[in-house]
Amino acid sequence: MDWGYEISKTRGIDLDMADTSLFEKLVKKVPSATKCIQCGTCCATCTASNQIPFSFRHCQIMFRRGQFEHLSAELDKCMLCGKCSLACPQGVNTRAVISTMRLLLTDINDINISL
Amino acid sequence: MTFHPLVLPFLLSSIYLAIVIVFKFTRWILSMDAGQLSSIRKNIFTRKTLQAISEIFHESLLHRKIFKRNRLLGYMHMSLAFGWFLMIVVGKIESSFYYGTFFDSPWLGIFFKYFARTQHHYFMIIPFSFIMDLLLLVTLSGVVLAITKRFRSTLLGLKRATNHHLLDRIARTSLWWIFPFRLLAESSTAELTGNGSFLTDTVGHMLAPLSVATIELPLWWIYSFCIGIFFVTLPYSRYMHIPTEVILILLRKWGAVSGESYSGLTDIQLNSCSRCGICIDACQLGFASDIQDVQSVYFIRDTRYKTLSDEVADNCLMCGRCEEACPVGLELTMIRQQVRQKKEVPGKHYFEYSAGIEKPKQADVVYFAGCMTHLSPSIINSMKAIFDKAGESFLFLDEDKGLCCGRPLRQQGFLEQSKDLVNKNTELIKASGAKLLVTSCPICYKSFKEEYKLDIPVLHHTEYIENLVKQQKVQLVQSDLTMVYHDPCELGRGCGVYEAPRNILQNMGTLTPVEFEKEASYCCGGSLANMAIGTDIQQQIRDNTLEMLTKSGPDVLVTACPLCKKTFARNQNTKVLDIAEMVAANMEGFEINQSNNQKNNTITVQS
Repeated sequence: MDWGYEISKTRGIDLDMADTSLFEKLVKKVPSATKCIQCGTCCATCTASNQIPFSFRHCQIMFRRGQFEHLSAELDKCMLCGKCSLACPQGVNTRAVISTMRLLLTDINDINISL
Repeated sequence: MTFHPLVLPFLLSSIYLAIVIVFKFTRWILSMDAGQLSSIRKNIFTRKTLQAISEIFHESLLHRKIFKRNRLLGYMHMSLAFGWFLMIVVGKIESSFYYGTFFDSPWLGIFFKYFARTQHHYFMIIPFSFIMDLLLLVTLSGVVLAITKRFRSTLLGLKRATNHHLLDRIARTSLWWIFPFRLLAESSTAELTGNGSFLTDTVGHMLAPLSVATIELPLWWIYSFCIGIFFVTLPYSRYMHIPTEVILILLRKWGAVSGESYSGLTDIQLNSCSRCGICIDACQLGFASDIQDVQSVYFIRDTRYKTLSDEVADNCLMCGRCEEACPVGLELTMIRQQVRQKKEVPGKHYFEYSAGIEKPKQADVVYFAGCMTHLSPSIINSMKAIFDKAGESFLFLDEDKGLCCGRPLRQQGFLEQSKDLVNKNTELIKASGAKLLVTSCPICYKSFKEEYKLDIPVLHHTEYIENLVKQQKVQLVQSDLTMVYHDPCELGRGCGVYEAPRNILQNMGTLTPVEFEKEASYCCGGSLANMAIGTDIQQQIRDNTLEMLTKSGPDVLVTACPLCKKTFARNQNTKVLDIAEMVAANMEGFEINQSNNQKNNTITVQS
C-alpha cells in the first residue's frame, strides 16, 4: 500500500560488523595511520579541497569503517602535493595513507597488487 | 698442433655468450621508443660515434671516473679491465706473428703458450713474452685488490661494499681464478719448454719440484673452465655491464634520451650497472638512518631480475646523490620514476573541477608560489615585497585557488593524473599572456622547466632576484651575519642552479662553505618523492644534514626551497630562512612588517 511516505531505514552503522581487514593491511604498511586524531588540519590546508568538496579525514574514516563505496573515485581527487603531511600535528604519513588506500581499493576492484 | 680439447670450455662458452648478447641487444634496441630510434639513425654516421669510442676507451677500459673518486679503486678496475683487454689483444698479435697469419684460430691467442711449445725463437719472442708477463702481473694485482676489497673495502675508499647474490659470486670467483690459473698453467709450460719470461719462468722454477709434466694439462683445463664458467654466467650476472655499457655509451652519444616510461633504453641501463656499490655510500637513507637494502644498486638489480618489491621501489628520496656518484652515469632517479608508474585508465580525467578556476588577468610576469610555499606565508610576503621594491608588476597565479604543479604525482608514477594538472596550469599560464614565470618552489620549477611545454622562460626566485640585483632594481645591504647555504635537491642537482643563490647571499653577509655542497649537497629529508618513510626517519636524516650544515655555527641557515625550510625549521635550535626572506630583510630602505612572520623566524632588519 502506498502511504505517500515510508519509514526510513536506520542510518546507524554497526562498527562491530565493519570490515576492518583492509584497514589492518593499511596499518601494516603505514603504521602512522592509527595516529590520526581527526582534527581536520589536513583538510584545512588541502589544495584540492580549496577547489572542490574533498576531505581526507572523511575518506580515512570511511576506510576505517569498511565503507568503500565511491571511496576510490573520491581518493583520486588528491594531488599528492604533500601539504597535509607537513601540517599534520600527529605526524601521519598522509600521502602514504592515501596512496595505499588507492592501491588496496584497486586490489579489491580489479587488479592484484602485492602488498 | 693447433687444437686440443682443453679449448672447448672456452670456445663453446664464447659462442654461447655471443649468441645471448646479440639476442638481448636486439630485443632491447627493438623495444626502444620511436623517438630514440630516429635520433640514433640520425647520428650513427656522424662524429658522435668517434666521440663515443673515445669515451668507451676512457670509461669502460681506463675507468677515469672511478679514478677520480679513489685512485686505488680506479686502479683495481683498470688493471682488471684494461689489463685483460690488452692480454687478449697482444695475445692475438703474438699468435698472428707466430703462425704467420692474422686468421689463425681464435683460441690460439688465449692458450698461446700451450700451443707455441716449439723452441725456435719466433720474431720478437722476448718483448712479446715480457709484455704478456707484465700484463698478467698487472691483472693479478687487480685481482689481489679485488679480494682485499671484499674484506677491507675502506682501503679502497668504500665504507660499504655491495652485498651480492649467489650468481654474482660464482661469476666473480670464476673471474678471479682465471688469472692465477693462467699464471700457473703458463709457468708450468714455461718450465717444460722455456717459452716464458720474468714472471712465468720464475714461478715455473718454483713449481719444478711438483712434477710439472703431470700438472701442466690439468692447470690449462682449469684455466679454460674458469673462462667457461665466467662466460656462461656473464649475461645473467652483474658482468653483463661489460658489453652493455659500451652500447649505452654509444646510444647516449647518438642522442637517445630516457622518457618517462620504461623502454628498451631502461633495460640497457639496468644491465649496465656493475653493482660497484659506489651509490651505497652516497645514500643518506643508509648513513643517516641505517636502511641498507633500498640503495640504487639493489633497486637496479631487483628491477633487472624482476624481483623488485614496493618497499624498495618506494623508499627513495630521489635526491639524486647516487646519480651524481654513479661512474656509469645511469639515470637512477628517472628509472625509479619509470618503475613506479602505476596502472591508470588512459585518457581518464581526474581533475574535472579545475575547469572552475577563473580566467587570469593579463600580466608580463607571473608568480607561481607552489603548494609548499603556501605553507610558509613569510616567503610569499617577502616575494611580494621584493616585487614591489623592484617596481615589477606581477600576477600571483595561485594566490587563492592554485593547483599543484603535478610533479609529486609524477614522482609516484601517476602520469595520467598528473597530465590533467599540467594541462590546466599550462592553459592558465598561457591565458595570462605571461612573458616570464617565476616560482618559489624548486619542485614546481623543475616541473615547469622539464615536464611542461611552456614557450616562455621559467625562473626560480633565486635566479629572478639575482637578475634584479644585477640590474640594481634591488640594492642589498651588507651585514655582519654569517650564513651557510643549503642546496635544495631539485634546484641544485635537479636543475643545476648553484651560483645564483651564492651570488645573492655574498651581498648580505659572510657565506661560509659547508663540507658537502653543490653537487654533493645533502637532502633535508623532507623530500616528497619518498612516501615509504615516516616522520621518525625524516627527522634522522634532517638532523644528520643539519649537523653537517651548522658545524661552523652560522647565524642563519639559508635555503631556497619552502619544503627544505619547513623541514629544517622544525628543529628549534637552528634559525632557517628562505633566500627571499633574507633578501626582503636586507633590501636597502625597506622595513619588513615583523608581524607577518612566524615567531621563530623573526627577521632582523639591518638598515
